[in-house]
Amino acid sequence: MFEGYSWAELGSIFAMQGFAGLSLFSVLVLMALGLAIIFGQMGVINMAHGEFMILGAYVTYLCSNFFAENLPALFSGYFLIAMLLAFLASASLGALVEWGLIRHLYKRPLDTLLATWGLSLILQQVYRSVFGAREVGVTLPDWLMGSFAVTDMIEIPINGVFVMFLTLGITAGVWLWNFRSSWGTQMRAVVQNRVMAGAVGIDTERIDRLTFAIGCGIAGIAGSAFTMIGSTGPTSGQLYIVDTFLVVVFGGAQSLLGTIFSAFAISQSQSTMEFFLSGSMAKVLTLLTVVTILMIRPQGLMSLRVRA
Amino acid sequence: MSARTKRIEATRRARAFVILSTLLAAFLSYPALAANPTSEVNTTGLAVTDDTVTVGILHSVTGTMAISETGSVQAEKLAIKQINDMGGVLGRKIEVIQEDGASDWPTFAEKSKKLLVKDKVAAVFGCWTSASRKAVLPVFEQYDGMLYYPTFYEGLEQSPNVIYTGQEATQQIIAGIDWVVREKGAKTFYLLGSDYIWPRTSNKIARKHIEKLGLKVVGEEYYPLGHTQFNSVINKIKLRKPDVIYAIVVGGSNVAFYKQLKAAGIDLASDKWTLLTISVTEDEILGIGGENIEGAYAAMKYFQSLPNPNNQAFVKAFKEMWGDEIVIGDVTQAAYLGPWLWKAAVEKAGSFDIPKIREASPGIELETAPEGYVRIHENHHLWSKTRIGLAKEDGQYEVVYETDELMEPDPFPAGYQ
Repeated sequence: MFEGYSWAELGSIFAMQGFAGLSLFSVLVLMALGLAIIFGQMGVINMAHGEFMILGAYVTYLCSNFFAENLPALFSGYFLIAMLLAFLASASLGALVEWGLIRHLYKRPLDTLLATWGLSLILQQVYRSVFGAREVGVTLPDWLMGSFAVTDMIEIPINGVFVMFLTLGITAGVWLWNFRSSWGTQMRAVVQNRVMAGAVGIDTERIDRLTFAIGCGIAGIAGSAFTMIGSTGPTSGQLYIVDTFLVVVFGGAQSLLGTIFSAFAISQSQSTMEFFLSGSMAKVLTLLTVVTILMIRPQGLMSLRVRA
Repeated sequence: MSARTKRIEATRRARAFVILSTLLAAFLSYPALAANPTSEVNTTGLAVTDDTVTVGILHSVTGTMAISETGSVQAEKLAIKQINDMGGVLGRKIEVIQEDGASDWPTFAEKSKKLLVKDKVAAVFGCWTSASRKAVLPVFEQYDGMLYYPTFYEGLEQSPNVIYTGQEATQQIIAGIDWVVREKGAKTFYLLGSDYIWPRTSNKIARKHIEKLGLKVVGEEYYPLGHTQFNSVINKIKLRKPDVIYAIVVGGSNVAFYKQLKAAGIDLASDKWTLLTISVTEDEILGIGGENIEGAYAAMKYFQSLPNPNNQAFVKAFKEMWGDEIVIGDVTQAAYLGPWLWKAAVEKAGSFDIPKIREASPGIELETAPEGYVRIHENHHLWSKTRIGLAKEDGQYEVVYETDELMEPDPFPAGYQ
């Protein structure tokens, strides 16, 4: 397929393709981080994860409208504020859902699957009633549109770079929170042994609520960022949910590092195969590979080692 | 009693008799005075009374497809309201029973059965996806109902129980490709679509036509419905440098595709790139954002910006009924034609009976259609013009071309199957 192209052309395409892979990688990590916390650390199968993302997207949409109408001078900066608000909105809803629904189901993990699936349907219908069934268009500030032209052929999408840095920042934040803060230590203690954690004086209920809220909040940020590359509609969350679970399960449910490795493996193989094969075929092969690896290694790529 | 008073009495009686018998005669002959007695215009037990006729609307107003089908419901209700304001059909006001298909194909089948068997509606305006139409088709054929189906679709179907008011694939595709070859001097095409029957069939027709013109398809591929990452295919497009990107991406993927195309530096408004689509109407642009798709071309039969007086009146009435913010896409207009075509068929047949409507339908013309003159073909599809629109930043299309003649519907194109 490469006959008739100059080396310069091929070089640029491979550079672009490398960037496409990295960009998909950061999108997958951003999608999966929140779920990795909720599903990986707490064991809650949150089928409404996509709807928490879309809440963030709708908050961004409202922000962009608000700024365009009331504060046009500050429009170029609205996106950062929108992401902060998206985090707060999704995290508060997450805390509420944990309090009203999830905490009653910790002992029945499979029931959380049904309950959160129901929740996702309810949220979709709420979005539909409030924002209408049609997708909404989120206007981006100019600095997030278009691309840097490195050479004639190599053009790097600005919003791709933005998502990459955002992912880096949030991953670093999650890592710090998880391993360098007392909340994180307490959370890990609760995950490893709930009864003992309670016995040494950790308020496990509070930690659960906080963890769930933070996971949902990160989903909100992801949703906000994805308004740059995807659609914002009542059912858009469904577009992400399968890939998100795929990344988290493949990575090994209890390992944040595993999530990152798995996102990297999936994104690179997906984007390389999409380039050489067609889109549907690439998806089929990616899923087949993941299924095969999970059959051989059911615990996923990385697993948390604890003394039995 | 004198002879005189007797005579007066007799005259009085005679007069009363005359008045009574006149009244009686008038009473007895009343049904004959009405132009269309119900017993004559409805011999098969449909829900038709002396002053009403009941029809069904069957679309998804919840679920994934609600985004697309809402416009069709609005258009059908507008048409029905306008027909009622003009006095209804054969002197009867139209009443509507609306059912929700809930984006679920078995639900569509179940609701269509309810409309036909329990409600005995005289016609159904509904369905949007081909999957939902395929699900209700056996029901309509079994209980002999009449469905007016609004969406442009892949063709390869013709039922005595369906009138297809949207374009079938050849009408939309061939004129569009001819235009881009003539106007843009296109020689190479990259075909791209979502992975299901409509884009695949449409691209098959497109490829056949492109190759018949002696031109070249340099890439053809499909992405799963709901796919959100198009960077790899965009790189491939950049490598192959096709004269035309021919895109049939649908749903949420559409938004991702155009946003990423723009972000990757493929500026559709520049001379360097030409994109032709058959899947993006004004409705979809709301989600994509005009700034992301500015400069793309779409081949449709209708655009909201069509300048003819029919359309101006239609757009005005639509906005009055449903709000100023609303946009009207190709399918919405096709849905609007449904009730009008049914009315014309009923009036031509002088009956609500389905077999008579079926017989009357071919040849029915509509001078007042917003898209301009249309006519029903023997094969139950519409003769209509194909137009090319150029997407503008405000989310509207500017019509840059329309075919001189009506395009003949050809749901079973030879050699394309």
